[in-house]
Amino acid sequence: MIKTDILIIGAGPTGLFAVFEAGLLKLKCHLIDALPQAGGQCSEIYPKKPIYDIPGFPEVLAGELVDNLMEQIKPFQPGFTLGERAETIKKLDDGSFLVTTNKGTEHNAPIVAIAGGLGSFEPRKPLLENISKFEDNGVAYMIKDPEVYRNKKVVIAGGGDSALDWSIFLANIASQVTLVHRRNEFRGALDSVEKVQELKNQGKINLITPAEIISLNGDDTLESVLVRKISNANEEILLEVDDFIPLFGLSPKLGPIGDWGLEIEKNAIKVNTFDYQTNIPGIFAIGDVNTYPGKLKLILCGFHEATLMCQSAFQIIFPDKKYVMKYTTVGGVSGFDGSTKEAPKAVVKAIE
Amino acid sequence: MTDIKIKITDRDGVLHEIDAPTDMNMNLMEVVRSYELAPEGTIGICGGMAMCASCQCYVVSDHELPEMGDDEEAMLSEAFNVKDNSRLGCQLHITEDMDGLEVELAPEEV
Repeated sequence: MIKTDILIIGAGPTGLFAVFEAGLLKLKCHLIDALPQAGGQCSEIYPKKPIYDIPGFPEVLAGELVDNLMEQIKPFQPGFTLGERAETIKKLDDGSFLVTTNKGTEHNAPIVAIAGGLGSFEPRKPLLENISKFEDNGVAYMIKDPEVYRNKKVVIAGGGDSALDWSIFLANIASQVTLVHRRNEFRGALDSVEKVQELKNQGKINLITPAEIISLNGDDTLESVLVRKISNANEEILLEVDDFIPLFGLSPKLGPIGDWGLEIEKNAIKVNTFDYQTNIPGIFAIGDVNTYPGKLKLILCGFHEATLMCQSAFQIIFPDKKYVMKYTTVGGVSGFDGSTKEAPKAVVKAIE
Repeated sequence: MTDIKIKITDRDGVLHEIDAPTDMNMNLMEVVRSYELAPEGTIGICGGMAMCASCQCYVVSDHELPEMGDDEEAMLSEAFNVKDNSRLGCQLHITEDMDGLEVELAPEEV
């Protein structure tokens, strides 16, 4: 079991900055995120988009902001459980919380801070009538083990980087790879598009554009998909397949957190503005995931909320200790790794 | 002129005739959010960067709207419930030319 002082659910900018503020108070943090990397929306949705309203940064790419936050919290050695979704929470007899992920990883902490942004990111599922029937029986929304597709006939749908990258990767594993996309143009890295073109020319990828999958067929397992060419003729092609992998990106959902007994309003967790604690003492919600009168979903507001949350968390963990907020310019930063950053001492010399 | 009239049919089929300002640099998605015509968290998820299709709408009136940019076209090519008259609300900036515009919010992707 992973034990920590503050268990942060969500490794976006707000969750990452909470590690820094907690670290100043000598509190250890561990973060859980459903995505395989830290950074939340900034890394997953818009890493190359510039952000203009981070104080002190006239312009910073979302991905760079995440990189900087990771650098800033490095001395505080946070732990990460990535690629797993916080599923259940249980209050233990000692007052601490046990949070278990969908993969069964257990975490224990006296404080839980939900910094889940818009929620956990789930694959966007195409609107095909019987798609749920074939889930895990020929339909998968993400590729966990490419070997599963060795010598299989695979159809991938989508026009982004994931669809391109996996088509390229599986071209050397599957017996047949078909990529179906609604347009002739792809939204992906240029070299990926060129590679797909090259593999198409070599006959290793069957490219069908502009087209869409309109039905899935089979009894217990997927046997074929019907593809419709988007053209005047609306030509239809029946493809025998073993696997269909729709890669249409991710969509955020509040997910299991919505069932934790927290007060929810408009898809967000209600908190007080004193310390961003929820209706369950010891559980806080910071950043885009919370709501209160006047709430603004801005990264800088999440930073502020994380700071105040940590002060209260400290008092809950150490009710008998007095702590006075210190400026880093005065107290410096002492990492758990033994590193220290502090302002250079002024040298006073007598003038004779 | 600072306000125009826009007719928006929400996802429950209810028609709203609203005043939309032309002098606040708003887009259609933001207008929908400001009038709370869709539950919070279900529209404008990406913040207006044409990176989700939560603000997809169908343009019902025959207004001439600005042409789609590459981002909007690419997003709609991967979105669901797309029709010939689909647009992303976040890419439609409110201008005086849109007076009388009629749109219908596309169903929420679940």
